[in-house]
Formats: sequence, C-alpha cells, structure tokens
Amino acid sequence: MMQLDLRIPIGGMFTIFGFVLIVYGLVSDPAIYQRSLGINVNLWWGLVLLVFGLAMLALAYRATRPKPPV
Amino acid sequence: MLGIGWALRRFVRSSEDFFLSGRSIPAWIAGLAFISANLGAQEVIGMAASGAKYGIMTSHFYWVGAMPAMVFVGLFMMPFYYGSRARSVPEYLKLRFDEKTRGLNAITFAIMTVFSSGISMYALAKLLELVLGWNFHASIVVTGVIVLAYIFLGGLRSAIYNEVLQFFLIVLGFLPLVLLGLKDIGGWEGLTSKLTVVATNAGFEPGAWTHSWQYTGAPTSNPMGIEWFGLIMGLGFAMSFGYWCTDFLVVQRAMAAGSMTAARRTPLIAAWPKMFMPLLVILPGMLAIGLHATRGGFLPIGSDGHPNYNLAIPMLLAHYLPTGLLGLGLTALMASFMSGMAGNVTAFNTVWTYDIYQTYIRPGQTDRHYLRVGHGATVFGILASVVAAYAATRFNNINDILQLVFSFVNGPLFATFLLGMFWKRSTGHGAFCGLLTGTITAALHYGLTLPQGAGPGIHGGFLGTALHIYPSEMALNFWTAIFAWTGCFITTIVVSLLTRRTKTDEELRGLVYSLTPRIDEGHMPWYKRPVTLGIAVLVVSAILNVIFW
Repeated sequence: MMQLDLRIPIGGMFTIFGFVLIVYGLVSDPAIYQRSLGINVNLWWGLVLLVFGLAMLALAYRATRPKPPV
Repeated sequence: MLGIGWALRRFVRSSEDFFLSGRSIPAWIAGLAFISANLGAQEVIGMAASGAKYGIMTSHFYWVGAMPAMVFVGLFMMPFYYGSRARSVPEYLKLRFDEKTRGLNAITFAIMTVFSSGISMYALAKLLELVLGWNFHASIVVTGVIVLAYIFLGGLRSAIYNEVLQFFLIVLGFLPLVLLGLKDIGGWEGLTSKLTVVATNAGFEPGAWTHSWQYTGAPTSNPMGIEWFGLIMGLGFAMSFGYWCTDFLVVQRAMAAGSMTAARRTPLIAAWPKMFMPLLVILPGMLAIGLHATRGGFLPIGSDGHPNYNLAIPMLLAHYLPTGLLGLGLTALMASFMSGMAGNVTAFNTVWTYDIYQTYIRPGQTDRHYLRVGHGATVFGILASVVAAYAATRFNNINDILQLVFSFVNGPLFATFLLGMFWKRSTGHGAFCGLLTGTITAALHYGLTLPQGAGPGIHGGFLGTALHIYPSEMALNFWTAIFAWTGCFITTIVVSLLTRRTKTDEELRGLVYSLTPRIDEGHMPWYKRPVTLGIAVLVVSAILNVIFW
C-alpha cells in the first residue's frame, strides 16, 4: 500500500490556504473590506478552508490506522 | 497566494503514480475526476456568460442535458466501453467498425481539441488583460509560451490527480463570490426583481430570466430563442448525450475505475455534484447581468454593442473580493485554464502523432522520430489555438462557440455510437458515410442559417443566402446538432443496409448490446445497484426542473 491518499494533498493545501488567509485577515487594513460589504471575508473564509482542510486530513489519517481486531 | 498554489502543484505532481493502478480509488474520487475533466475554467466562464445572456434557461445544460446523459452512459454505454478491450473512444470505433471510421473520428477530435484550447486561451488572455492590465495580444503570446513550457516540462503526467484538486479549488474559490453577490443583491427575491428589469428591457415577459420552462412555448418568447422541442432534442438529446457519451476525455476517467460496477457507478456518482453546479456557475452570471442592468455598466460593452458576457465572473471577482481571497479565486481560474489548455494540446498531440501520423502517413519509424513529430504537433497545436482564440473574440459568450463545435463533432458521433452499440447490422462503411454526412449536414445547416443580428461569416450563413434566422446563437447550435444527428443516423442505416457486414458475431461480442452477456447485479443490495442510483438522479433533476419552472 504505497499509494498516496488524495485527501492528504487536498487537506494540506486547504489547511495552508486557510491558515494564510486567517493571518492575513487579522493583520490587514479593514478598509479593503469595503468592497466585500464590510465583511472580513479573508478571516471567515480562511476559517472555512481551514476546517475543510483539517477534516480532509483527519479522514485520511483515520483511513491509515489499522482496523481493530474483531 | 499565487506562489503557494504553484509550489503545491509542483509538490503534488511529483507523486504521479497515484491514479495509474486504479485499484483502490474511492468512488468519490473517480466521480469527481469524471466531472472535473470538464469543470474547467471554460465551464465557469462559459456557463456564467450564458447565465447572464440567457438567464436560468442555461440550467438545461445540467438538468435536461447532463443528468439524463450521465445516467445513460452509466447504465447503458459503460458496459461496452469498459467491457471491450478498447482504451479510448476512437479505439472502440476501430474495434466495432473499421480503421477509416476511427481515422475520421480522430481528425474531428483533433480539430475539437484545438478549438477547446483556443477558447481557454482567449478567456485567460482576457483575464490577464482585465486584472493585470496587459495588452490582449501580448497576453495571448504570453499564454502560448507558458503552456508550451508547461507541456515540454512534462506538466501533465497526472492530469486526473490535478483535476480533482482543481475541482475543490474552483468550488471553494468561487463559493464566497456567490454568497457575497447574493447578499449584496438582496437574496433570491432581490435577484428576481433585478432580472425583471433585464427581461423587460430586452422585450420579454418579466420572468423570462428566472423561469426555465415557462416561456419555451415559442422561440421568440425566451432569451435563448428556442422552443421546448429544439431544447429537448437539440440540447438534451443530440448534444448532451453526444458530449457525455462520446467525449473521450470524460469517458476515459470512468474507464480508470476498478471494476465494471465501479465504472458504471462513476458517472452516476458524478451526477450529484454536477447537479448543483448551476449554483456556482450560472447564478454568478445572473447576478452580474442583474447588477449590470440596475447599477449601470457593470459589464464592459463589446464591439458588437452587447455586453461582453464572458467577463461576468472576472468582473465579479474584481468587484467583491479583497486582496487575499482574490488571490485564491485567480489561482483557481488560472490553474484551471492552464491545465485545460495543456490537456487539450496534449490530446491533440497524441491523436495527431499516433492516431493519424503513425497510422496513415509514416508508419514504422523510430520512437525518436515520433517524439520529434509530437513536439512539432504541440507547437502547431498551440499556434492553431491562437487562431481559435481570435475566432473566440468574435463571440460575446464563449459557451456559444464551444457548443457550436460540439454540435459539429459530438452530435453526429452520438448517432454512430447509438447504432453501433444497439444495432449489430450497422457496418463500417455505414458508420463512415454516416459520420461524414453528419458533419457535412452540420456545415450546410450552419452555412445556410444565421442567428439574429449577425452578418454572414463566423456566426453562420457563409454560403451566401440565409434560409432561416434563429433568435440566438445557441438556438442555431441546437438545431445544427439536430440536423447533424439526423443526417448521420439516416445515412448510417441506409448505407449499412446496402453494404455487407464485415465483422462476425464473435468479433462483436462485448461491443454490441444484443451480443453481450447481461451483467448480473442481483447479488447487490438494491440501494447499491447502478439502476437505483440512476433513477434517483433522474427524479431529483426532475424536481429541480419543477422548482425553477
């Protein structure tokens, strides 16, 4: 079983994207959110991406654990 | 943000052996790969453009077109694709009919890939022009050079793998855009009231942009300019079945599945996310045109005096997304354009070098020779794409030109497959003549009719006299497909009856319905059988049709 589970790169990619967006959302100038109706979309969507990415990684991790003996 | 996307893509590409074995691919990946093969930037830009130009009737591409076609390919056609020894769609034609039918298909397929890649090139260049402020011509050149480098550096070895990643990138990159746009316009009610203005301005009933069936009694009463018959037969039957059943980029994804049942289930699973794609790709187009009509000049006006609908998504991106999230949206678009183009150029290269050059022009040369020819074909493919990209600039909706190409290629091909798979009497000569007649019929129809408001030339009518004027480009495409399908169907039957069968029953086993043993799925629980899944897909699409009636 040397196959790479596709959920790992997907999860990894979105975890990083989410993390970067959250940090950027926290430090950025609030003025740039005028166009997005005053919502800090970087922060909020970053959170969504982070949760999605971590969920993918968790699913991939669960699949690698040996099944408990019956 | 762009940099991270790029770096990750490189990392991902190095693990290329993932998909080849095809053993333990979870069903959801095979399904996503199946729709990812066509959920490119082309679909995002093209369907949004259609949403703006034709309103919610664009959803017929999904709920009347793709859904029944995907159920059909899963239930009825996959057994032959998967069960035959064929590795590609042209190869199936060779096994079922003969060498010349495959050759003809290879040529039309090669032409189609060039158009496809050219349309992506146009859209990408337009995006660069808009976002980075580059000159359009310079953008085309830059795009061509980048794609060339991408292919020569071997960027496409794990296409399927990348496509699934891009699927998520596109969905998660565009969802915030849709949510923000909807919130801004005041939800579905706000959108409906704005689109009432759009419809009345264009001279239609107020609900013409928000009802998918109600105004299809006559072609003149809806923006797409098509009545229910042309819609169901042209878009639903000839074009969509043709596309989903015979386009080998798509079908090949299902062939990679682990077993016959898995292969049949692939399109049926793929149908679920596909069904809700209109939310992500058509809705933004409707938002853009609503904003355009009520807030003044949201979309730039093209040289033909109409808004350039292709820019619906790029304009929304620039309008709503701040630095940061904007990067994610642009990464999603560009990555998808690049790989879409590279995929098509690579397919062109393969078909030209192996299916045409090696088979008919210079057989028996060394591998090095074919490799050089392949490189030449790649360069040629990109140059031809540039020409196609300039052709695309003449259309204010890239979906119009894309479907035009499909009506020429997939419309007749579907008739050939239908007869090939379900009528064992159809012969190689019949299939070849039928395919040729179908394509010629399409050309004649296209040459003798025009969409409203267009002069003879690239939009049709190049044969001098226009015998009929259609209300829209899309209506012309649908009828081209109907004519092409009918021409191919009738000719194949007539010529088959006049010629002798060259393949025995034994040779056709596994390739024709009546000569292939039925698959026994009685041992599976009922809810896991492909038939159950297929029926469920059809029922839910019917419900969606009723909701947006």
